[in-house]
This record gives sequence, C-alpha cells and structure tokens, in this order.
Amino acid sequence: MADRLYELTAHELSDLIKSKQASAVEVAQSFVDRIDAVDERVKSYVTTTPELAIEQAKAVDDAIAHGEELGPLAGVPGAIKDNMNTRGVLTTCSSKILYNYKPIYNAAVVDRLATERVVTVGKTNLDEFAMGSSTENSGFFVTHNPWNLDKVPGGSSGGSAAAVAADECAFALGSDTGGSIRQPASFCGVVGMKPTYGRVSRYGLIAFASSLDQIGPLTKDVTDCALVMNAISGKDPCDATSLDVPVPDFTKSLVDNVKGLKIGVPKEFFAQGTDPDVEKAVREAIELLTSLGAEYKDTSMRSAGYGLPVYYIIAPAECSSNLARFDGVRYGLRSKDSSDVISMFNKTREEGFGAEVKQRIMIGTYALSAGYYDAYYLKAQKVRTLLRGEFEKAFEEFDVLITPTSPTVAFGIGELADDPFAMKLADVCTIPVNLAGIPAISLPCGYKNGLPIGLQIMAKGLDEETLLRVAYTFEQHTDYHKNKPKL
Amino acid sequence: MVEYEPVIGMEVHVELQTQSKMFCGCKVEFGGEPNTRCCPVCLGLPGSLPVVNKRAIELMTKTALALNCSIASQSIFHRKNYYYPDLPKNYQISQYDNPLGSNGYVEISAGGRHKKIAIRRVHMEEDAGKLLHQEGNKSHVDYNRSGVPLMEIVTMNPPPPGLDQIESAEEAREYLQRLRQILLYLGVSDVKMEEGSMRCEPNISIKPKGQVEFGTKTEIKNLNSFRAVYMGVEYELKRQEKVLRAGGRVVQETRRWDDSRSVTASMRSKEVEQEYRYFPEPDLVPMIFNDEWIDELHSTIPELPLEKINRFIESYSLPQADAEVLADTPELADFYDNCAKCSKDPKAVANWVTGEFLRLINATGTPVDATKLTPEHICSLLDLIDKGTINRNIAKTVFEEMFNSGKLPADIVKEKSLEQVTDTGAIEAAVDKVIAAHSAEVDRFRAGEEKLIGFFVGQVMRESKGKANPGVVNKLLKSKLAG
Repeated sequence: MADRLYELTAHELSDLIKSKQASAVEVAQSFVDRIDAVDERVKSYVTTTPELAIEQAKAVDDAIAHGEELGPLAGVPGAIKDNMNTRGVLTTCSSKILYNYKPIYNAAVVDRLATERVVTVGKTNLDEFAMGSSTENSGFFVTHNPWNLDKVPGGSSGGSAAAVAADECAFALGSDTGGSIRQPASFCGVVGMKPTYGRVSRYGLIAFASSLDQIGPLTKDVTDCALVMNAISGKDPCDATSLDVPVPDFTKSLVDNVKGLKIGVPKEFFAQGTDPDVEKAVREAIELLTSLGAEYKDTSMRSAGYGLPVYYIIAPAECSSNLARFDGVRYGLRSKDSSDVISMFNKTREEGFGAEVKQRIMIGTYALSAGYYDAYYLKAQKVRTLLRGEFEKAFEEFDVLITPTSPTVAFGIGELADDPFAMKLADVCTIPVNLAGIPAISLPCGYKNGLPIGLQIMAKGLDEETLLRVAYTFEQHTDYHKNKPKL
Repeated sequence: MVEYEPVIGMEVHVELQTQSKMFCGCKVEFGGEPNTRCCPVCLGLPGSLPVVNKRAIELMTKTALALNCSIASQSIFHRKNYYYPDLPKNYQISQYDNPLGSNGYVEISAGGRHKKIAIRRVHMEEDAGKLLHQEGNKSHVDYNRSGVPLMEIVTMNPPPPGLDQIESAEEAREYLQRLRQILLYLGVSDVKMEEGSMRCEPNISIKPKGQVEFGTKTEIKNLNSFRAVYMGVEYELKRQEKVLRAGGRVVQETRRWDDSRSVTASMRSKEVEQEYRYFPEPDLVPMIFNDEWIDELHSTIPELPLEKINRFIESYSLPQADAEVLADTPELADFYDNCAKCSKDPKAVANWVTGEFLRLINATGTPVDATKLTPEHICSLLDLIDKGTINRNIAKTVFEEMFNSGKLPADIVKEKSLEQVTDTGAIEAAVDKVIAAHSAEVDRFRAGEEKLIGFFVGQVMRESKGKANPGVVNKLLKSKLAG
C-alpha cells in the first residue's frame, strides 16, 4: 500500500478505502503517525483521539467487509474544532474555563459525521471561544502556520486550517463568525467555506455570536468541500435558526464552466492596508476566470466599510450573554476559596477567561446597557440591515463577488500583539459576509514570500452551488491546491 | 388630614400544563428526584439551543384571548440577562417590548362593585430551577423546574379609559380568584398556589387622593394563598400609610410575607433599577400569528365563568350566590348543568348540589368529576320527593347512600323500606302510643305549653323510623292533643 496516505484528499482516500486498496485502519494509522510526527511543531490539536480513530476505522473496515453501502466520507479522518461538542471527549473552546469539560452530547454536525462514518482524529485549537484571528488568543498555546512556523495560521479556526495544511487530517470542521474559517484557510493555503447562515445546524456549537456563527468545512480541495457540505447541511429540528430548505447534491456543482458568469469586484474590499501582492494575485485570479468566459465589473458597496464597527458591537453583545453561563456552578473551572456565590462567579470568570474574551464581554455588556442600547446595539442592527440590502442589490446584478479573503498574508506570531486594531483589520473582507448571512468560500490563489494568498468568492444566500462551481473551475486551471508546505 | 388612595399592580406567573418544557422535550411534572427531568437545553449546557414549544404558545394565546387581549401578529423572545445560580444560562428567555398578548381585562365584582381590571400584557417565559440551601454554608440546585413554560400576566396602572384598576385588598383577591377560575376553565394550568404553579407578586403604593403621580412601590413575595394575598396587601397598605403619616418615606423594595406572623418584612432593596440588558433572542426566530390560527384557537375557548354564572341566573332562575358557587369549577358547573337540564326544578337541584352534594364532596375529599352520582340520580331523587314517596329528611339519607354506593334512589328506598308512611291508620296508632306514653307532657301541652308539639312530632317520627309523612303527623297530633 502507498505510503504517505495522509497527503491525499478525502475523495482520494475514499476511493482507496472503497476499492479496498487501503483499509480504513491503515488510513487512520497514517494520520495518527503524521500527527505524532509534526504536531509538536504545528500544534494544531488541543486533544487527539488516536484510539477512538482506530476503533472507528475498524468499524468502517468491518462494514466494508460485510458489503455495506457506505457514503463518500466513510473512513476518512477528519478533525473538529474544539468549540463543537463531542460526547465524552474534551471540548474546551481553548479556554481555561472549560479545561476539563467533557460534554454529555454530540453537536449535530458531529453526529452527522458519525453517521457518514467519518473517523475523528482530534479536536483543534482556536482563539479562545473563537474570538481572534491568529489562535494567539488560545488559552493553552499558539498554533503555528505549517508554511512558516514563525507565522500565525490565522484564526479563530487556526488549528483546523493548520491541521489540514499539515496533513494532520484529511479535512476539518471550523466555525466562522467573522471570517474564522476563511481567513485561516487563506493563511494556510486550504479551501474554507462559510455556508449560508442556517444551512448547517449550530446545535452543539458552543456559541460565540449566535446570529453570525456558522459551521463549515476546511479541506484540501473544492471537491472535498462539496463532499463535507453534503454531509453536514440540512434542517435540524433542534436549531430553530436552521433553514428548512432542500439541500442540493453539492458534488453536482463541481463543473468546469464559468461562461457568462457575472463577477462583481467591490472596491471597498481592496481598501487601504491591502497588500499590493495580495491585490495582484486576486486580480490575476479574476482575469483567469474572465479568460474562461466570465465577465467582471468593478463595483462599490458603501456600507461594507461599516462592517467592522457593526460587527464589533453585535458580536460582543451576543457573546456577553452567551458566555454568561460559564460561572463555575455546573461544569468547567470553579475558582476555589470563594466565600459566597457572587465571589465564586467573579473569581471563576476572572481566572477562567483570557484578556480578549473579557474585553469583548465588557464591550458587549456596555453596548446592551440601558442608555447605550439604542446608540450602539440598535444602530448596529440598522446598519446590518442596510448592509444586507446592499448585498441583495449587488446579487441582482452579479452572480458572485470576488475579493481578497484577507488584506495580507499570514503575519508573524506576536507581530500584532500590541496592535489589536491591525489584528481586527485582518477580518475586514470576511466580516460583511457574516453580517449579511450569505455564503463565501476562500481558496488559494498565489503566494507572497512563500505564504499563501486567499481568494474570497461570495454568492447570494443559499447559492453555495455557484461558489463551488466557480471555485472548482478556478482550481481546474491552477495548481495552488496541490502545493504543500515543507515540514 | 390627607386621604390616601392605593395603587395595586398584580404580576401573576402561571406554569402552563404542557407535556414538555418550553424549549426542550423534558417532561413537565411537579416533584421528582432532583435533576432527573433535565437535558442539555434546560441545563443550559454549552452549545444547546432552544426550540419553542408550540403547545405552550397555543395555551398562552388561548389565555390571552380569554383575557380579552389583542394578539400580536408577530412576537419575539428576548433575553433577560442576570446572574443567579438557579438560572442555568444566566439569562432567561422571556419577552420584552413585543409580548404575545396585550391590552385586555378581567371582570370582577367585589364589594357590590363591578369592575373590568385592565391587563397590560400577557407574555411567555421559562421558569428557573430551585435552590436548596443546606446547613453548613452549602447550597444545591435542582433544575427540574428549569425551562417549564411560564406565563406572566400583568395589570395596567393607570388603566386606559373604560377599564379599571385594583384599589383594595379585597379586589386584589377577587381579581386573582377570577383569574384562577378562568385559567381552570381553559384547562391551561392546574393553578395551585401552594405548589407554586400560580404565583402572585403584587406591587403596592399609595398616594394622596387625586394625585396623578404614583408613590414609591413595594413588591410582596411569598403569598401562597388567596388569604395571604388579601392579608398581605391589606397589611402593606396600612404599613405604608403609617410610614407616610409619621413623616417617613416608603423605600422601594421587595418585601416577604410572613404567614405565621402576618406581617411583611424587607427582603431586598430595589432602589437601584436592575439592569437586565434585554435584547432579541438570536437563537429563535420571530413567531408569526395569522388570523386563521387565532380564530381556530378562539373557537376552542369554552364558556367562561362569568358567562356561565349569568346563564345560570337567567336560564335556571338561580340567585347570584348559588350561581357563583356552582360555577366555581368547570367540573361542578358541568355537573349541575347536566342535572338541571334533566329536572323540572333547577332551583331545587341547585339546593341539593350546593347543599348535600358539596357537603359530601368536601367531607370525603372526592373530586367532582370522580363522583358516582349522575344527573339521573339527582333527578329521580327529586321525583321521589315530589311524588311524596319519601320525605326530605329521608331524602338526605338516601342521598348519602347513593353518593357512597352509586345505587339509584328508588332501589335504595325499596331495599331499606324507606317509603313515606301516609296511611293515617298507621300513623294514628303511633300517635296514640306516644300520647299514652307521655301523659305528663300531654298535661303540660294542654296547660298551654304549645312548643311541646315539636317533642311529640319527634317522638312519632321516631316511632315510625322517620318515614311518617310529617304533615299528617302534625295534623293528627294537633287534633288528638286538643281533644
């Protein structure tokens, strides 16, 4: 059997397993060994579950031996961001406040992957409670960019993106509140999709900002992205915000054809601070698509510029309430030596939360307080409505909008530690997508100094199919997805 | 001297009788081992999400309609944020500026005055768990109650034109009793104040008569019976007046009713307005109510207590007091209604139902809907009295017997030979026997001690084992004693 199974995509592995050229156990073992070999340097995982992976893989091999019909992800090793509940397996949100938390139930997506017989190899690192753009805010340790270990992998799904890029899993799930799948995908040179809000159940995803959070795949290519989307999409009766709409077979969108596609290029997404090399790579990508029959036009979206401030009201407001439950009463960290319940609350939260999380809770608490609610939260919601309307209008004219995923390539670990505002600018191109609830995908489109550049494609709500078709077409005519970091 | 007038607001929480909790599938049941009726949702575990219980919304909409409220065409949930260990998410899913029902009223009559008490809002929220304090500075939390659907009904002060407000302890109690009765009729809650499925927190202030501006209010908790509500409100009104008359000021606070000492005592100050940071619950989508659905619910509302009382008065010519007793619970009202329908004399039926029937129900603790009696029992008993087969006293014996055994009255009368004796010969013999046996009393009677007639009647009835026709006994005795 071929060595270096871990380098393969999910669909390649699936073919091998199904045709019995490789057993699921061999595949799982290959990834377990890979993690052993490189994770000391990359540090993608908070928790690895090698025994569980081998056990699950054995079950897949048994099923195949019994002639069972299995789906395309059966036996494929996947990783799960550590803010999604896994029954009996540590789920920490990379926060000290949940350092010992073992959930009693699975997130809906975890159950769906289990149904598909995915083999789970571990739980990936993130910025604490998904708040950040570099995984430097993890309460445990920083994840390193496999392309350059001195650089950040992006965030908050930095562990998931790095694990995919470093071949420590065939694919990973991430969550995206303001760019937390796409930006690390961009920094690590992998494919990342944030689906339409409501496309994938949030049940069991430990909430950061409920109205913005969405789970999505990080994969080695666009085909894998479609396969994972097929597995995790669809209405969940346990999530009132999940959409009751038919789920298409996303693999049907893997078509090399962009003839007549109308591309809009909104200038606000190339604002000051955009690295010229990033802009160049994105423009070249657009030209490639044009050469394949698409049409493009520069356009403008005025309210997109307000995305960042609007986001930094709404997301903290929701998080200040969502994170209130971490108080030491029922689970997780409980501070010792408290004289009464109020001091137990205070000390637990003081000790358990990191600086970034505290800052956002405070901003959110302030924004929701009487006397400030109208000026901040309500105003932000109004601008959000405007922004949503502007996207709707843009999609009357264009099939997709194309922008950089991030204005820059991966920055150095510690480089922006003293400049929180510059850090937040890393999400300027991705945040409007969450505010509008639309889907977007990031895929590699070039390099600067050996670091990947990400191309972001957005489409109207529920039109992931067009995203996949455009991304697939681009991928068919480029080789970026085939390149691997040297570890 | 300044005259004061009270302003009384009522905040009532009612646990809805649904199978499952408000936002999850856990069973709603009183009691149970601590923390056995919980799941990730009602425990507020990380990642769990609420889903609205449609049945709870139906019950609540039905209630709002019965309280004459208008129903919002669209309503949303808000988060009410505050930290408390019995609140697993440290926020409560509740409603804020967009409640499901608003602007209704409850009709009451107290102290001879008829009033329509204005309702400001009816809204839905989830209940919290319960703290169990142990000795040695230890506390436990039971989350069985967490997430139980809770309906909040709030009165409006001042009321809009055409409606009224509660102005006395008596009216407060009457309002609560009426409200409870409506909820019982609707079957939306078991409304047990002792078990906490109906909880009432009045807020009370007084102001110089005629003044528009309200005085400082206090809120009373721990009122677990109608009596407590009456006494608590009464006490608090007097206390506030005393404070003001002494030149003091009422402190804005929550006060706890102490039932054993019959006083209210300060629990916690509310001088600083609590900051709840309400904002729309992002985990839930807006609820849209269309007219069709509302009409359908409307059609399921049964005849309500007031309508029932009025119908009893009009159709059955009952006095107000009887009609009110009979309409107390839907079960009793239905029982009476069915009896009255089969009888020629609904008033007589009412006497038996409010009298013997309720006496036996209370004495035996039998629920009305579990009685062995049917309308047929009552009506044939009345027939037997009408026809003179049994007298009223014997009828009471028969009633108790049929209440206990479920046998038909005619069978009981036959079995126990309880037929009234109207045969003058048989009665005459008894009368003669009594007269012969009590010559001393006969002399006293004849000497003018006429009240002894009762003694003689009693003796004769005893002689006939109660079966003699009392009219005939009287007549015979009078003529014989006169002789």
